Amino acid sequence: MNILDTLGKLASESGFAGFLAAGGWKNLVMIALACVLLYLGIVKKFEPLLLVGIAFGCLLTNLPGAGMYHLDMWDAYVAGTPYTTAAGEVIEHITFTTILHEGGLLDVFYIGVKAGIYPSLIFLGVGAMTDFGPLLAYPKSLLLGASAQLGVFVAFFGAVLLGFTGPEAASIGIVGGADGPTAIFLTTMLAPQLLGPIAIAAYSYMALIPMIQPPIMKLMTTPAMRQVKMEQRREVSKTEKIIFPIAVSAFVILLLPSTAPLIGCLMLGNLLRECGVTDRLSDTAQNALMNIVTIFLATSVGATMVAERFLSLNTIKIVLLGLVAFAISTVGGLLGGRIMYRLSGGKINPLIGSAGVSAVPMAARVSQDVGRRYNKTNYLLMHAMGPNVAGVIGSAIAAGFLLSVFGG
Amino acid sequence: MKGISESLLHPTLGTAGAVAVMGYLVVFFGLVLLLAVVTVMGRAMEPSRRKNARPAPGSPVPETAPPAERPAAKGTAGQLKLYNVSQRDAALIMAIVANQLQKPINELRFRSIKEVRDDEV
Repeated sequence: MNILDTLGKLASESGFAGFLAAGGWKNLVMIALACVLLYLGIVKKFEPLLLVGIAFGCLLTNLPGAGMYHLDMWDAYVAGTPYTTAAGEVIEHITFTTILHEGGLLDVFYIGVKAGIYPSLIFLGVGAMTDFGPLLAYPKSLLLGASAQLGVFVAFFGAVLLGFTGPEAASIGIVGGADGPTAIFLTTMLAPQLLGPIAIAAYSYMALIPMIQPPIMKLMTTPAMRQVKMEQRREVSKTEKIIFPIAVSAFVILLLPSTAPLIGCLMLGNLLRECGVTDRLSDTAQNALMNIVTIFLATSVGATMVAERFLSLNTIKIVLLGLVAFAISTVGGLLGGRIMYRLSGGKINPLIGSAGVSAVPMAARVSQDVGRRYNKTNYLLMHAMGPNVAGVIGSAIAAGFLLSVFGG
Repeated sequence: MKGISESLLHPTLGTAGAVAVMGYLVVFFGLVLLLAVVTVMGRAMEPSRRKNARPAPGSPVPETAPPAERPAAKGTAGQLKLYNVSQRDAALIMAIVANQLQKPINELRFRSIKEVRDDEV
């Protein structure tokens, strides 16, 4: 045995050699980006539950030689073309079974994203955590949830203008819904090649809501509007809370069948919470299940941030369009709020409109904070929760519409 | 993308505009439909809500006096006194205060919560 040859072979097969190969520098850039995202998640606490997992997935997928995620295998799966394994074997038709046999650990995790399982299970947990009481007490807040979807469609139009295909533009636009699982669900179906940048844009902007929204809220409202104290709403009965998820599932899914996985799981989670006889299931959906799925979802989404795909001009365009989508959705919600302020004779504080951009409960908290800045005795939180949860339903409907148009 | 027409795969600005407007209208339509359902549901529940809010006529009035207040356990903050504030609102207010102060709620002591009306300020 020649020791030098053996050491040389070990060196050439190590991951370090991969950095010196053609395009290897891109992996280094991505590893640096993963470290920045880890810093933002851990130190700055930007959506840490997701960002830490996404960043670590990004780190793992960009370590040369680790073989945890195979971009070319997923490309072959999506396109229906043959795939050549590392051993040289040609596989004519890639299926989930092939991926289980040939793929790395993150490929296996990613099957849950591709099959739409993780976003739907996250919605189950979100439903179990959400109290729709404020929405039931003031159903008109559904209109604010609708008007705050403006950014989705403006960003979609902007993305087409910048040269993206229809399905790609739809996936970029949904960032304006400020709903991570919905954005991941739609992007996986329509433009899986953009999943990494879209997920990063969606979660980063959700974390930045307290910085993005207040200047827009100030610009779109007058001091008198911001000081409006809203009346306490009526009590909502237990029966209403139980019937609500059943009625929403039936009506929304009949209207747009493509929303079934998201709306179905959201409302099932809510029914588990409200029916009063499934406390154990509700608790599992809110905590254990949610946490487990979050780990799988975050790491597998991070795994899609492969250097050769992520480092492109399109990523910068997506990040900018995401910001536009968020800002315009906030404008849309505030415009809706202003209209309701006028129609109600000044009884509705338009600041609750900005909470229509999902991002539960962060956006409602921002409405509360901005409202209190102008009237110390004003508590808008419960009033803003109505549009906030309406935004979740609104963004699921927007995603369902885009999926039925571009999903083929 | 499998199964979609070329006009949707590479839409013109006109097509994209039409899809955007249609999408926004569909979201409104869906939520307006839901608004109607929720409103009808709320109206249908109104009689039972009123019934629950009012004690039924002729319902027996408890004859026994309420039990005497038990002394507070050692080390507790004592009973929180609420004036014109429901327990739900009180819980909400305490949560907001804890959030604003960035302190765990069990480290704060609330003695009483009173509703101050606008005409009292």
